[in-house]
Amino acid sequence: MTLIMEPDYGTPASTSEETVQVEIDGVSLSIPAETSIMRASLVAGISIPKLCATDRLNAFGSCRLCVVEIDGRNGTPSSCTTPVAEGMTISTNSDRLDRIRQGVMELYMSDHPEICASGDECEMHAMAKRVGLTDVRYSGRTHLELPKDETNPYFTFDSTECIVCNRCVRACDEVQGTFALTIENRGFEARVSSSGTSFIESECVSCGACVQACPTGALTEKTLYTIGTPTRSVITTCAYCGVGCSFKAEMRGDELVRMVPYKQGGANEGHSCVKGRFAWGYATHADRITTPMIREKITDPWQVVTWEHAIDYAATKMKALQAEHGLESIGGISSSRCTNEEVFVVQKMVRAAFGNNNIDTCARVCHSPTGYGLSQTFGTSAGTQDFESVEHSDVVLLIGANPTAAHPVFASRLKQALRKGAQLIVVDPRQIELVRTPHIEAAHHLQLLPGTNVAIINAMAHVIAEEGLINRGFVEERCDLESFARWEEFIRLPENSPETLEASTRVPAEEVRKAARLYASVPNAAIYYGLGVTEHSQGSTMVMGIANLAMATGNIGRPGVGVNPLRGQNNVQGSCDMGSFPHELPGYRHISNPKTREIFEIQWKTVISAKPGMRIPNMFDSAISGDFKGLYIQGEDIAQSDPNISHVHAALRSMELVIVQDLFINETAKFAHVFLPGTSFLEKDGTFTNAERRINRVRPVMASKTGKSEWEVTCDLATALGYEMGYDNAAQIMDEIAATTPTFSGVSFAKLDEVGSIQWPCNTEHPDGTPIMHVDHFVRGEGRFMVTPYVPTDEKATRKFPLLLTTGRILSQYNVGAQTRRTANVIWHSEDILDIHESDAQLRGIEDGGWVRLISRVGETILKARITEEVPAGVVYTTFHFPESGANVITTDFSDWATNCPEYKVTAVEIAPSVKGPQVLTEHAATGDVELESIVRMANQIAANVPGKTAPEHAVAHHIEQFWTPYMRERLMSEVDRSKLSPIVIRAMELELNHLPS
Amino acid sequence: MTTTIFVPKDSAARSVGADLVALAIESESAKRGVSISIVRNGSRGALWLEPLVEVMTSQGRLAYGPVTAADVESLFDSNFHLGGDHPLSLGKTNDIAWLSRQDRVTFARVGVVDPFSMADYQDHGGLVGLRRALSMKPEEVVSEVTQSGLRGRGGAGFPAGIKWRTVMATVSDHKYICCNADEGDSGTFADRMLMEGDPFTLLEGMSIAAIAVGAVEGVIYVRSEYPSAYETLNRAIDIARDFGWLGKTMLGSGINFDIRTRIGGGSYVCGEETAMLESIEGKRGVVRSKPPLPAIQGLFGKPTVINNVLTLATVPAILAEGAQAYQSKGVGRSIGTQVFQLAGNIARGGIVETAFGVTLGELVNDYGAGTLTGLPVRAMQVGGPLGAYLPSTSMSVSMDYESLLAAGGMLGHGGVVVFDENVDMAQQAKFAMEFCAIESCGKCTPCRLGSTRGAETIEKIMLGRDVAANKRLLLDLCEVMTDGSLCAMGGLTPLPVRSAMLHFAEDFDRRARGQQ
Repeated sequence: MTLIMEPDYGTPASTSEETVQVEIDGVSLSIPAETSIMRASLVAGISIPKLCATDRLNAFGSCRLCVVEIDGRNGTPSSCTTPVAEGMTISTNSDRLDRIRQGVMELYMSDHPEICASGDECEMHAMAKRVGLTDVRYSGRTHLELPKDETNPYFTFDSTECIVCNRCVRACDEVQGTFALTIENRGFEARVSSSGTSFIESECVSCGACVQACPTGALTEKTLYTIGTPTRSVITTCAYCGVGCSFKAEMRGDELVRMVPYKQGGANEGHSCVKGRFAWGYATHADRITTPMIREKITDPWQVVTWEHAIDYAATKMKALQAEHGLESIGGISSSRCTNEEVFVVQKMVRAAFGNNNIDTCARVCHSPTGYGLSQTFGTSAGTQDFESVEHSDVVLLIGANPTAAHPVFASRLKQALRKGAQLIVVDPRQIELVRTPHIEAAHHLQLLPGTNVAIINAMAHVIAEEGLINRGFVEERCDLESFARWEEFIRLPENSPETLEASTRVPAEEVRKAARLYASVPNAAIYYGLGVTEHSQGSTMVMGIANLAMATGNIGRPGVGVNPLRGQNNVQGSCDMGSFPHELPGYRHISNPKTREIFEIQWKTVISAKPGMRIPNMFDSAISGDFKGLYIQGEDIAQSDPNISHVHAALRSMELVIVQDLFINETAKFAHVFLPGTSFLEKDGTFTNAERRINRVRPVMASKTGKSEWEVTCDLATALGYEMGYDNAAQIMDEIAATTPTFSGVSFAKLDEVGSIQWPCNTEHPDGTPIMHVDHFVRGEGRFMVTPYVPTDEKATRKFPLLLTTGRILSQYNVGAQTRRTANVIWHSEDILDIHESDAQLRGIEDGGWVRLISRVGETILKARITEEVPAGVVYTTFHFPESGANVITTDFSDWATNCPEYKVTAVEIAPSVKGPQVLTEHAATGDVELESIVRMANQIAANVPGKTAPEHAVAHHIEQFWTPYMRERLMSEVDRSKLSPIVIRAMELELNHLPS
Repeated sequence: MTTTIFVPKDSAARSVGADLVALAIESESAKRGVSISIVRNGSRGALWLEPLVEVMTSQGRLAYGPVTAADVESLFDSNFHLGGDHPLSLGKTNDIAWLSRQDRVTFARVGVVDPFSMADYQDHGGLVGLRRALSMKPEEVVSEVTQSGLRGRGGAGFPAGIKWRTVMATVSDHKYICCNADEGDSGTFADRMLMEGDPFTLLEGMSIAAIAVGAVEGVIYVRSEYPSAYETLNRAIDIARDFGWLGKTMLGSGINFDIRTRIGGGSYVCGEETAMLESIEGKRGVVRSKPPLPAIQGLFGKPTVINNVLTLATVPAILAEGAQAYQSKGVGRSIGTQVFQLAGNIARGGIVETAFGVTLGELVNDYGAGTLTGLPVRAMQVGGPLGAYLPSTSMSVSMDYESLLAAGGMLGHGGVVVFDENVDMAQQAKFAMEFCAIESCGKCTPCRLGSTRGAETIEKIMLGRDVAANKRLLLDLCEVMTDGSLCAMGGLTPLPVRSAMLHFAEDFDRRARGQQ
């Protein structure tokens, strides 16, 4: 194993389709027009000395080392800035060029340390030697006394090694798009500057692009000094967000020195953000638990035991629970943070060893509406594009997503497209960074009230339909016309006009009209969205509304268009693909389909239940009701991340066996009886699937700190439960996935190792994968329009709770913070803050930086206030990265009508100044039959939202049959007071009764 | 009867008291009940006669100068406002030999007209060229300029017509005409004087360029040290808009073209055309690599004509008189007239516009009348701070692009700075490097580091340290800077250094010998 040195061609590849013939040092070659002479030379095997050129950045031409001679032209142009031309004859070496190069290096070395502190990291001494410089004859002023800037926790800026090549400045501008760096002063005094202040006080977002770009040791990771020079690299995938960046983990022995973004990474193409690049220290944090532990009661101290003991203990208890309370009394939750292989094995354990379908995943609480909405309309539960597609967009419609904080590497790509001229429409209650940031300004910001997404998307569609902007050619050729006719009739109703809906959304109708026209009038318009779309009571409706808009305007099936969910976690896509939903087997196939079950039954040599299992909230409700007794939770901190925490805590306390598999004693582990130590991504062998359906390899860079792979532990538990499960390695698990799941049939570790990454579907039809979906036809055949009535959420601002709370993420922290809180990232964000508009703050006497009580009907907490114009009056905003601030003490258990994805983004609250600092959170515990109340609410919500006006009871009955457990259906039928149910539900129940086997 | 009296408002005239003179004339006339009207014109360019006051009489304009405020009383005593004789009398302005010998094309109206009078402008041939251009096809305008032989007066001498043709042929939704008025060369002032004295000519030249290439927007990038020129241009632009010339429809033709001004970034290198584009875009004035050529991807990435003030201000005359008339002047490939600027240690400094081919000696000795100190001329720097130093033996050099190149120099922007025999040429060479060190944009290594190392090395030579080795090092450095620099700033800085070492070698050895 060696250190991977990626070739650097000096300038980006040409996109020209024309080729020209040139001769370089006697070598003839044919190369795309507009290629730089420098790049062409390297293609011909001739390396030209360079310092300021690197192929991630546009040619700059400052170092003057790469000069060449061209027959018939005067002078010595720089080869990085000079493109090849037909018939050009180029010499890269001559006495004159040698003299220039030596002269340039002599100047450089006259202002450079004789010995660089960064060692071989600095290219300068090697370059001096390469060009034949023997002696530096100059003496005079230097910059060798300048102080270092050590303020950034992860890297040092040592100006003494700086050669002012601008690579850092250009990386910050061109790649990252933050414009935090500049050159100050002129001439000899020209120095790189973080805009006149220290790095930590500057606008730097610590993406690391500058450090990576620096050819000397001027910008260097601090670990290079503390650990030493790396000696080997392993290509792997970041385990933070759904962008799925590829990195070279550079190691010195078994110690990770640094994570360097990999240029060949399909998702990131060599870029990174502060989390993936630097915030990996949690993996070796002292808080890591690496041995299994058990305890009888959650008030008992933990007892360290062997793996065998822990597995045996857990299995014995589970078997006893099932014996006493029935097969359905236990379940499992898989994690979007884990590999496809780990997730696959967990759902297999639940189905084969638990004998039920009580398997859900944390995608439930983020993108389950995406799965539902896109399946209904397009026929598959995934984004349509690759990330590269955005470079071909003329307009980007960004809804409920804040990419610069949550998907920073995609955000950089988006910003590049916007700086090149694409226009942006932002739909968000908050003024997110992209609304206005250096060299970018959104054409429209539709600053809607939280909870009115569907009203906005309907209003936009109404304008498009009314103003003749529908792409009828596309619709007629590609879509289901009956559904389109129904939808068109619906969307043209006056109730969907922006003027009518203005009262709900608070967005001026004319602004909506202009945005709709812009979206519909350009050749390529793309929609990108995040959890601001899904985490609502109408999350699924909104996803379908988005799909309708894209289909109506023909923005599907080619580069630059599409519907693109920005996935929150590294493997949300994968965990959904892997069948960790209670109603679906891998590949989004319903559990009721006997043919699908048969495939797995043959493979797994067991019988699979045909009945949908419980979703996470159903599990909680059932636990409180006393029926659900045991839960296996892999890598998810439900006690912090799920809404209405008091309800979650009550559910966890009600259970007799909670098994937590995680890196740390998280909030959920405080309620656990068995703790199974997990492995960090640096120890895992497997695959993650990112938001563009790209399957990336995750390779272990160090040995498992627990002695086992996580999938091994799952297999051990299944085996102890009586179902023998085992694999020699993770590759075998992927082989099983491929053997059972048509969209993955062409995928194997061997193939991934060969090609780098693959976007599913990958099968005989698409052997190289599918960067863009629905190219010739939709996966479901014809695209289906869905009627999307706007139904306001029950969570409304009231006199008692007059404000709406919405939640989100910040750049430096990640979700519940279990990882990032254990890194130096806390320097940027060490607590959750409540953003309040000035008028709301003034009204209540709240001061900037003061403490404020945040109260909803389910709980209250205390946070520090920030007065800002980023939120409109009537809306407050916070993050949920810290357990002590307890944002989810406040959020309610309202959820999406179709998928039960929690309504995190809308909670009616009141705020008041507080004298106290952070304190114990108050939870307003629920009373009564929680499960029955949930059943009533869910049933009524489905009736209100389900598309299809002609026979809604059929749709409701079908929906309940598809997604509810038999037990819940039974309770609905027999226990609910019918006066609480909508007539549609009652009619649906009558249909249901007829279906029930006698 | 009201007498019109001309008192220049040119900054050079004001620097020697023209404003005070104007005030004094006004108050003295009021005191005496004499009806006069003062026109603040540009300067005639005979700076050694400023403030040059002119009186309009029946015999024509009579000149008095140099006038101080203290002279005003006696001028009135002599009835100068009626053309009366006075010790400061210079006779008819048009008969002053220093002026009448010149061949003024670009500067024809400077000092003659009221800079803000459209009527005056048109009475003196203004808008004739533009009206003719409006009647022609764009390619005909480009051809006319190409045939005239007009070359860029900023220093590079690139044929203007060829540049325009490239912009014309590049398809784009938006094109620019950028006027480079960041006149930073030491010893040059022609751009400023034209902008202050005849701003409409520049606007007319830009308008003709816009017609030729299809540009809709013009930008004049004015040196930050030229506040008066900046104000004059802005006022002239307003007048031209009100006149129906700039704006939606140029003189009713339907052609949409407007001009705005922008103050320079305050750095010499911002006068380099690509650094100027960066500066106009609001960025640091840093040189761009070429290609792409600004003619294809210039300001904000759009096709852009970049020409110097003098280039654009010559265009109206070419269109008015025809390419043939202009082509008949000059020598060889240096066609037309050049606005030379005489400065430094010179007795009669100022603007000398004459056809190419005049000798250096004619300029310095005949027009300039030798040094101001009266000591013999020892060196002349032609073409600004990056131009070569020529010795007094070069007086017969013909002042045109090619001859100067052959003599190891360059014409640059046409400035001639004169030094007498007390000049220390090693110090001048060091100054060239120091100037570069201060003004370098800091992008390319040879210029950024080389200029400082150059100054340090010359310092060592001057102190007599390792003279032979340091001279070799200096020459090596000059080669790296010449061949390796990104733009003319670093690329030409060695020119004054090498020429000083070549022609005045003794100044670099004297110190080695420990002599004074």
